[in-house]
Amino acid sequence: METIKAMTGDEIAAETIRQINPDVMAAYPITPQTEIVQIFSEFVANGLVDTEMVRVESEHSAMSACVGAASAGARAMTATSANGLALMWEIVYIAASLRLPIVMPVVNRALSGPINIHCDHSDSMGARDSGWIQLYSENCQEIYDNLIQAVRIAEDKSVLLPVMVTFDGFIISHGTERVKILEDEQVRKFIGKYNPRYPLLDIDNPVTYGPLDLFDYYFEHKRQQVEAMKNALDVIKKIGGEYTQLSGRSYELIEEFGSPDADLVVIAAGSTAGTVKGAIEELKEEGINAKLLKIRAFRPFPQDEIKQSLRKVAVVAVMDRSASFGAVGGPIFLEVRSALLDEERRIPVVNYIYGLGGRNIGIEDIKKVFQDLIQIRKTGKVKNLVNYLGVRE
Amino acid sequence: MPSLKDLSKKEELFSNGHRLCPGCGAPIIVRQVLLAVDTPVVICCSTGCLEVGTTIYPYTAWKVPWIHNAFENAASTISGVEAAYRSLKRQGKIDKEIRFIAFGGDGGTYDIGIQALSGALERGHRFLYICYDNEAYMNTGIQRSSASPRGASTTTSPAGKAIPEGKTEYRKDLTQIVAAHNIPYVAQASPGYYNDLMKKVQKALSANGPSFINILSPCPRGWRYPADQTIEIAKLAVLSGFWPLYEIENGKYRITYKPRKKKPLKDWLESQGRFRHLLKEENKKVVEELQKNIEEKEKKLLALAGENA
Repeated sequence: METIKAMTGDEIAAETIRQINPDVMAAYPITPQTEIVQIFSEFVANGLVDTEMVRVESEHSAMSACVGAASAGARAMTATSANGLALMWEIVYIAASLRLPIVMPVVNRALSGPINIHCDHSDSMGARDSGWIQLYSENCQEIYDNLIQAVRIAEDKSVLLPVMVTFDGFIISHGTERVKILEDEQVRKFIGKYNPRYPLLDIDNPVTYGPLDLFDYYFEHKRQQVEAMKNALDVIKKIGGEYTQLSGRSYELIEEFGSPDADLVVIAAGSTAGTVKGAIEELKEEGINAKLLKIRAFRPFPQDEIKQSLRKVAVVAVMDRSASFGAVGGPIFLEVRSALLDEERRIPVVNYIYGLGGRNIGIEDIKKVFQDLIQIRKTGKVKNLVNYLGVRE
Repeated sequence: MPSLKDLSKKEELFSNGHRLCPGCGAPIIVRQVLLAVDTPVVICCSTGCLEVGTTIYPYTAWKVPWIHNAFENAASTISGVEAAYRSLKRQGKIDKEIRFIAFGGDGGTYDIGIQALSGALERGHRFLYICYDNEAYMNTGIQRSSASPRGASTTTSPAGKAIPEGKTEYRKDLTQIVAAHNIPYVAQASPGYYNDLMKKVQKALSANGPSFINILSPCPRGWRYPADQTIEIAKLAVLSGFWPLYEIENGKYRITYKPRKKKPLKDWLESQGRFRHLLKEENKKVVEELQKNIEEKEKKLLALAGENA
């Protein structure tokens, strides 16, 4: 039996971690992730979990302790935001390279400087080459569903990679929504028991983790990591399917919303996908057919699904909530445009950088983007490849 | 304490064939530590000579479970391993007794890793942290660390015309910083006194909480002395008063070895190329100050141990 509760993003993240019941949770507070750590600490204090909670003195030590715990053979988790993710950066890469299935909610917040506590994706987008799987959540329900699936994805034998489940700081982390929650037993049965292959604590079969790996082997290990990330594409789909059986909610690498035959498409990740949905519904009433392509998995990048989805469309706008300084456009834009490059028919793709440092984005802003797309469809001309939405300039 | 003869029969958990320099203090220390251990152990090493020299993929010199994460986080990594152990044991998924030891050099402990160390000590994980202190960044080529003693010439504190004494600052007293965490067991040891060192390891591992041993690790390359002199140098450090052997057990100080006949600090300085410039006339005052500094520290230590000199 599922229950329905009204919860904020941080509350549901903490509740999901309680249901997952990790062996070790190592965490350090940072706005807007703090409530996750606070609420989970209460679960620990009240004996609701088996978790050994390590209240570390920094995020660097949070990820370091997770690496130690996961190597030891424990299911290990942490959670962070922005500067916290930046401080653990070095070990974020090491966690992926050691192939440790750590799951980490990342509450998206703008990276300093200047210091800012509100949402953008500069933190997780910066970590896109770190070897972590990245699942972006649109709302509280998706935080719940993604975190549960993340455990299975990370621990899949053909993957063995850490997963970050992201959601937008304050907009989702502190916004209250309706969430459908499975029973503890259902979740625990779905994620199953963790059977680590080479735990450090198996003292009868000693293993060496993290040796010096030089030019004679390092490249092969990196190549295997690339392959594991590729394997994750099918695994995310497979586990999404199994989760649908359990929950009735469907999960793919991407999600489409709006008229299937619409030729105007906006691509977005995170809470803005919900805003785009709102805009599409209003446009429909105005007689305009439009479509959303939501990126759920950004790493691995679902190139084939995106190509398939965009094959028949006229024009595409990619929404990026982070800037890639010195690059042609934002990170999602670059990947989408590259994916479409070898299509026979050239599809115009434009980029909108928006919402940096928590700058609000509303339905009207998205409708303006669709109006721009209508112009491009009409004239066949792209005036500005990269646009900055909602900024004074 | 077992006799040397018995120890020679004990299985070595650290194999030969590693690639550390001849005469390096670190593997001698590791062998002494592992010979003192009777319970299964998991080892964590910070980045440094010991890690680089013992685990070049696909080889490893360690016959025990071993992990290296990064430079500054041996303490937080081992605290994660220990937390996993506690959790799995509480859940009945593990029944064996296991002990946890982290090895860090002075760079990884005194400098870049001091935050992670302090955090892990405060949290009370049951683990032994061993600093093998060779008094400089040896793995990157003998750069000064906050453990480098005043007067040492290193590649980033060379003795020159404008600065004839080499490193101008006194070394950080990490043992005292760790002691201020009020953990059950803290000690200083030297591989020149293996019995003393091994006893300290056994005490540290039986402490129900964090423990720390600072072990002086002579480095023939960085200290510039012949590679066959390591044990002699390790003894001279103690005999000259430069590296006193003591322990703090549940807050109680005890000097564990008192040389019957002390050697002058000059003998210690003369034994190593890194101090050679100090013997020049222009550095006479520096040597006097070093001598004075050591005498003051000895007085303080005696007072702490309740043995007012």
